[in-house]
Amino acid sequence: MSDHAHPNPHAKDHHDEHGGSHGSMRDYVIGFLLSVILTAIPFWLVMTHAIADKGTTAIVIMAFAIVQIVVHMIYFLHMNTKSEGGWTVMALIFTIIIVVIALSGSLWVMHHLNTNMMPMVHDMGQLP
Amino acid sequence: MTASTMDTMTNATAHVASPEQRTAAFYELEPHHHPEGASTMLGFWIYLMSDCLIFAMLFAAYGVLGGNFAAGPGPKDLFELPLIALNTAMLLFSSITYGFAMLVMEKGNVRATQAWLLVTAVFGACFLAIELYEFSHLIHEGAGPWRSGFLTAFFSLVGTHGLHVTFGLVWLFTLVIQLSQKGLTQANKRRLQCLSLFWHFLDVIWIGVFTFVYLMGMI
Amino acid sequence: MAIEAVDHSHWSPLLGRLWWDAIPPDPIVWVTFAGVMLGGIALVAALTYFKVWGYLWKEWFTSVDHKKIGIMYMILGLIMFIRGFADAIMMRLQQALAFNGSEGYLPAHHFDQVFTAHGVIMIFFAAMPFVTGFMNYIVPLQIGARDVSFPFLNNFSFWMTTSGAVLIMASLFIGEFGQTGWLAYPPLSGIAYSPYVGVDYWIWSLQIAGVGTLLSGVNLICTIVKMRAPGMNMMKMPIFTWTALCTNILIVAAFPVLTAVLTMLSMDRYLDFNFFTNDFGGSAMMYVNLIWIWGHPEVYILILPCFGIYSEIVSTFCGKRLFGYTSMVYATMVITILSYIVWLHHFFTMGSGASVNSFFGITTMVISIPTGAKLFNWLFTMYRGRIRYELPMMWTVAFMVTFTIGGMTGVLLAVPPADFVLHNSLFLIAHFHNVIIGGVVFAVFAGINFWWPKAFGFKLHEGLGKVSFWCWVVGFYLAFMPLYVLGLMGVTRRMRVFDDPSLHIWFIIAAIGAAVIAAGIGAFVLQVAFSIWKRKELACDGDPWNGRTLEWSTTSPPPYYNFAFTPVIHDIDAWTDMKRCDVKAPKAGFLDIHMPKSTGTGIILGGIATVFGFAMIWHIWWLAILTFVGMIGTAIVHTFNYDRDYYVPAGEVAEIEAAAHGQPLPAGA
Repeated sequence: MSDHAHPNPHAKDHHDEHGGSHGSMRDYVIGFLLSVILTAIPFWLVMTHAIADKGTTAIVIMAFAIVQIVVHMIYFLHMNTKSEGGWTVMALIFTIIIVVIALSGSLWVMHHLNTNMMPMVHDMGQLP
Repeated sequence: MTASTMDTMTNATAHVASPEQRTAAFYELEPHHHPEGASTMLGFWIYLMSDCLIFAMLFAAYGVLGGNFAAGPGPKDLFELPLIALNTAMLLFSSITYGFAMLVMEKGNVRATQAWLLVTAVFGACFLAIELYEFSHLIHEGAGPWRSGFLTAFFSLVGTHGLHVTFGLVWLFTLVIQLSQKGLTQANKRRLQCLSLFWHFLDVIWIGVFTFVYLMGMI
Repeated sequence: MAIEAVDHSHWSPLLGRLWWDAIPPDPIVWVTFAGVMLGGIALVAALTYFKVWGYLWKEWFTSVDHKKIGIMYMILGLIMFIRGFADAIMMRLQQALAFNGSEGYLPAHHFDQVFTAHGVIMIFFAAMPFVTGFMNYIVPLQIGARDVSFPFLNNFSFWMTTSGAVLIMASLFIGEFGQTGWLAYPPLSGIAYSPYVGVDYWIWSLQIAGVGTLLSGVNLICTIVKMRAPGMNMMKMPIFTWTALCTNILIVAAFPVLTAVLTMLSMDRYLDFNFFTNDFGGSAMMYVNLIWIWGHPEVYILILPCFGIYSEIVSTFCGKRLFGYTSMVYATMVITILSYIVWLHHFFTMGSGASVNSFFGITTMVISIPTGAKLFNWLFTMYRGRIRYELPMMWTVAFMVTFTIGGMTGVLLAVPPADFVLHNSLFLIAHFHNVIIGGVVFAVFAGINFWWPKAFGFKLHEGLGKVSFWCWVVGFYLAFMPLYVLGLMGVTRRMRVFDDPSLHIWFIIAAIGAAVIAAGIGAFVLQVAFSIWKRKELACDGDPWNGRTLEWSTTSPPPYYNFAFTPVIHDIDAWTDMKRCDVKAPKAGFLDIHMPKSTGTGIILGGIATVFGFAMIWHIWWLAILTFVGMIGTAIVHTFNYDRDYYVPAGEVAEIEAAAHGQPLPAGA
């Protein structure tokens, strides 16, 4: 928490006031190509069932999604640790923590509740 | 007032002698440039983070309810991946064209900025049209959101994303008009940058949607 | 619980569900309605007669000045607090009467609305406006800023909060309010069991007010991050500003969850979705899970700024720097994060396994550690300090005692096996009133007594303040200690009538306690009125308490631009530092000051939002569509206005400063 307070109304230099860096043509093109590739591969994997094991496929496409989100963050949203004195990145990290807590917590809690309280079959395939 | 009760603390300015020098050390006496809207980008980013949490809740609902088919159709009966691939392509194209709009904005070219914005809008509209087609098709097949917990969560998550895109389009057209009126002023540039964040943020959400909902459902 | 037996199925295209049957069949409501109407007409007539409408509109309703908006939040909070307290008195009376075969005086349908409204109003429309009001007023002054980052948004947020409050008040007279308890658990709050407008009032008042809360959270974060005076790095920020920052981070990270959950419930109710229904694969338990992901951070949203208020008061009235500033900051940050991993302790009994329950039980106990650290910091600040027992300090000491008791019963409830006995009992009710009244309400009174002189230039009368204080403290213990006893005896919450006569005495004591609290509120109102009357005698300079932070360096009340010259900060207690170095504020060389312009867009949008909410509640679809388009349109039109600020000429600043310093000078100037 030791940022040098940025007294904005009196900022003497404000070249970096507007959300930091802007992308260049090169950035956008790289980002676009990467995201096309990172989208196409998981679609291909699922549509052709290239990997026999379902669990493995799931993990692989999740990994692709995470990589693609990072690509978008860097090349399209121009995230970097310097813009706004690091506050945007800090906000993002905090949000990710909360999202992970809320998502994984909900799934964990609800799994417990469902198995303990109302064991039910919803999948038609499993019906007699 | 007495300083005797104070704790010991270092003070960089206590030794300064004259009252004028002390005043100058404790007040800003020089005029300063006041950059307008200096908080806007950070504020908008924080808003986006909060929006992200709304989507997180919808994802959580989908994660929990997504298996509750209530003896109705499941993902494999309903989803058509080629359509989703097309939809994803629309959104990716709209992203890169918005990027081009930002690049010509930096060069100060109003007409080109407007043109790229409108191209972006076309792709965005195509995305929405495909999504609406998918929804109407599902409802027509008797797989509306009221059919099961799974479909409720599906329509809500995907629909909320669609509503965001719709709102983005309204905003985009407003900006096109404002660019005609005022040109690329500092205020308008800032607004374009906010919409840029918003638009690319919706991409990021869509990555989650097509992976978590469509692809995972079809494995 | 009472399920509405009356048929409310009437619907017409023009008026939706609005029909004669919307008039509540209850003489108590009619009398209240008549009273409110007469009072309202008298108020409107008086305002018209004294020709203050123009003044109110120009200087207050459309103002973007954070100080005026802060005061308006406080007034809103106070009005709603009194409404919520009226509900409390009604419940206490009902429960004290409904013994020995008596049904009491409230029918079930009405009683259920009363306890629902009490909870909703006290949390959302009393406590939230109070803390938001304090943060709005104090934070920019403490950090040496001239306003918040987004002044228009601030005004808009206030009117959205007010819009929600107006809707909830309307439910008293038109239709009904929810009968579900303050968090409206489905399936009871679903369309099948709550078919009429009660739950819809609940949904839309919270949804609309939530927009305001969220935006004011974004606004204050930006203000604190971007607008601090030069030299004020993060670890030189006043502790109240620190707690305000953490609170607003919590708001931004928690209120979207509420928005999402309310939307899901609306979808179930309006469009027949199956999020939380009993059949078609919905899960009512999911609602409970999600709403507490918002609900637990919410209690820290309320208490953190109050911790900040107490911290400022303790160090001011002990004449010492706050003990353990750094540990206070870290404790606040730890609470911010930990408050997100304890939510399940609100539903230990719903059926999670031992691993889940013990995880959340332990995290809940862990969160008491940073809170305990804070208490020790306050105690060590007092230790060997020159304590002045003025009103704010009295409230603070009462808080420290009361909150500790409440905290300890909270740790008891955090133990899952104990919670299985105490869940939803009056023990729980006693616990959370113990922490919310002892923590938040006491802080509100401490803060009002502390900062009133800053806002208005005169102190509040001390004698009446002490009457109010003692009535509150004594009344609180009388009203809530019996509930602990009753809870341990197994009495559940939200009961309307009782069979066991041995419980009666405890309810009578609790009712007496509520009456004593009522006297405390009366004394407070009297204190304010009397002080306004005697304001000449009670007048004070800019620094009546020998304050330590920057807000005390301004005149009382501060000029609308706050600081003619932006202060430069060298130390945590910036104003103490200035006083010790004998710094004189500059008397000449004033500069033009850049300020935002007032705008009526906020109140217009708030007004349209109220009508929109009303239309949605009553299913008046044409009006809902019209007002929705109207809101979007108004917002878009607002963006076409680029002319939003102006410069106060240096000459005008010089005049204002000269006039202000003609009066008693702020100490040190």
